[in-house]
Amino acid sequence: MAGVSGGKWCKGIYQGGGFGFAIGLVYNRAFYLCTHKALTKRSQGNVVIVFDQVQKSYQVGGRAIPALHPTSMTIDTGEVFGIVGHSGAGKSTLVRLINLLEPPTGGRILIDDENITGYNASELRAFRRKVGMIFQHFNLLSSKTVADNIAFPMKLAGIYSRTEIRDRVDELLKRVSLVDQANKYPSQLSGGQKQRVGIARALACRPTILLCDEATSALDPQTTQSVLKLLADINRELGLTIVLITHEMDVVRRVCDRVAVMDAGEVVEMGAVSDVFLHPKHPTTRDFVFESESIDHEEMQQDLQHAKGRILRLTFRGESTYTPLLGSVARESGVDFSILSGRIDHIKDTPYGQLTLSLVGGNLDTAMQAFEAADVHVEVLR
Amino acid sequence: MEALMGDLLSNVDWTEIGWASWDTLVMVGMSLLFSVLIGLPVGVLLFLFGKRQLLEQPIAYAVLSFVVNVLRSVPFIILLIVMIPFTVMLIGTSLGVAGAIPPLVAGGAPFFARLVETSLREVDRGIIEATQAMGATVKQIVFGALLPEALPGIIAGITVTAITLVSYAAMSGVVGGGGLGDLAIRFGYQRFQTDVMVITVALLVIFVQLLQMAGDRLVLYFSRK
Repeated sequence: MAGVSGGKWCKGIYQGGGFGFAIGLVYNRAFYLCTHKALTKRSQGNVVIVFDQVQKSYQVGGRAIPALHPTSMTIDTGEVFGIVGHSGAGKSTLVRLINLLEPPTGGRILIDDENITGYNASELRAFRRKVGMIFQHFNLLSSKTVADNIAFPMKLAGIYSRTEIRDRVDELLKRVSLVDQANKYPSQLSGGQKQRVGIARALACRPTILLCDEATSALDPQTTQSVLKLLADINRELGLTIVLITHEMDVVRRVCDRVAVMDAGEVVEMGAVSDVFLHPKHPTTRDFVFESESIDHEEMQQDLQHAKGRILRLTFRGESTYTPLLGSVARESGVDFSILSGRIDHIKDTPYGQLTLSLVGGNLDTAMQAFEAADVHVEVLR
Repeated sequence: MEALMGDLLSNVDWTEIGWASWDTLVMVGMSLLFSVLIGLPVGVLLFLFGKRQLLEQPIAYAVLSFVVNVLRSVPFIILLIVMIPFTVMLIGTSLGVAGAIPPLVAGGAPFFARLVETSLREVDRGIIEATQAMGATVKQIVFGALLPEALPGIIAGITVTAITLVSYAAMSGVVGGGGLGDLAIRFGYQRFQTDVMVITVALLVIFVQLLQMAGDRLVLYFSRK
């Protein structure tokens, strides 16, 4: 390889035929094996949140400023649903509509088949106990200890006995590995620990939905990793539906099943993370994906100009990521190829790879057919 | 030494000073108690009725805010005089320790209410939002989150109010209020007994210092930030 630049990107020219697309396998195997089992037992199919032409606008100086244009979507039970967008795109508003911290100005929101926009005050309070929420700046009570912060929502609910609260707090402290910090105050904790308290507090009343408002945006990359892993574990073990807003595509890639991309108060693209991530359609989505892969678009175009022949982008997904395909295709079709860039990574639990190749000579059609027959998505760049 | 002291402080009657100090203590203590009892709920309501707050009520806010402003804008010495008929109606006299307490409360409570409003506004909105998201009632938000979070600020407010009440209490000597201020005016000022004046002022300074120290300690104890 001529050069390795940054992260899992290997850029450069690799000539020859025997390249099995397995370079990332060892690197990612441990992670893959731990998460593979869980793939099979995810509950699927039941819709928990329905947005039916929901809209929100604010009155500013007598004029209605739209924050969310009429939006319809559904979120399934047990899925991790990401909402990504730049600041001011309306994602904060969207997530606050789910627990009615922001009441909509139009449309219906159904949660478990009930229209929550019709709730009276006490119904709304009971409903909110079933929806946990965590925040970018944690919003812990500085005057209460870690244990008291976690117990707080249970005390507010007024339906739990003292021993129930104590047992649940102990259980949650263990769950988020903060047993030793139980009697500390939030100011004595690190950012990651504070967010773990936030998560424990959000789970106290055993909610069915967890809303995450930029939950990792104030954390460093390593802490972000551990918080995301905790969220993924919770989602898997408790079957909790998680709605997560973020401005980092990388967060979406790590934990989300589906994603909605927002721009200027509108959902511009929505779908399975792997589809949206690997084949972004809307310009905003593309920006996010390129940003997260730290691809400099111009630089890439320049690199491509030096290459000869046809340029293809192959996208491998799932098991095909590990299939040694290039060598056999090259032999069968007689094409020569060089690898211009490549990447292997995971979208949540699913491995994927993307290769940009230039192909010279041989029978190109045979090669393309062979790729497609192996379930590899082929995109002709030139 | 003793002779010198006796000579310098020839006019000082220590028993009188002792009683006057006690009176000041009682006036400040009682008026502080009532100022807090009235000012705290008024401050909480001012906060809740405010713009973009939990119980936004523009009209109620305007009325409450106006009353507080009126009481705060009247100079205390005038308030003392204006309040006399009302005080007589309430207590039976406008004189002495008891007679000074109603005007002191009328001056202290609105002052404290504003301080409470300010310290509640300083509580992070995110904490209110988080508590709301837990399904809390307004009452639960106030007692479970807002007041505990604002406690250091409220204690600092009580300290400032107490110190203001010390100076107000001294002023009430002008209309026969009793205490150290009364002593300073009757002996120190009207009879030119400078030594009495010096002692009363010194005692007031010490009193204020002690209050400030105690307040700061409490604020520190309750601060978790």
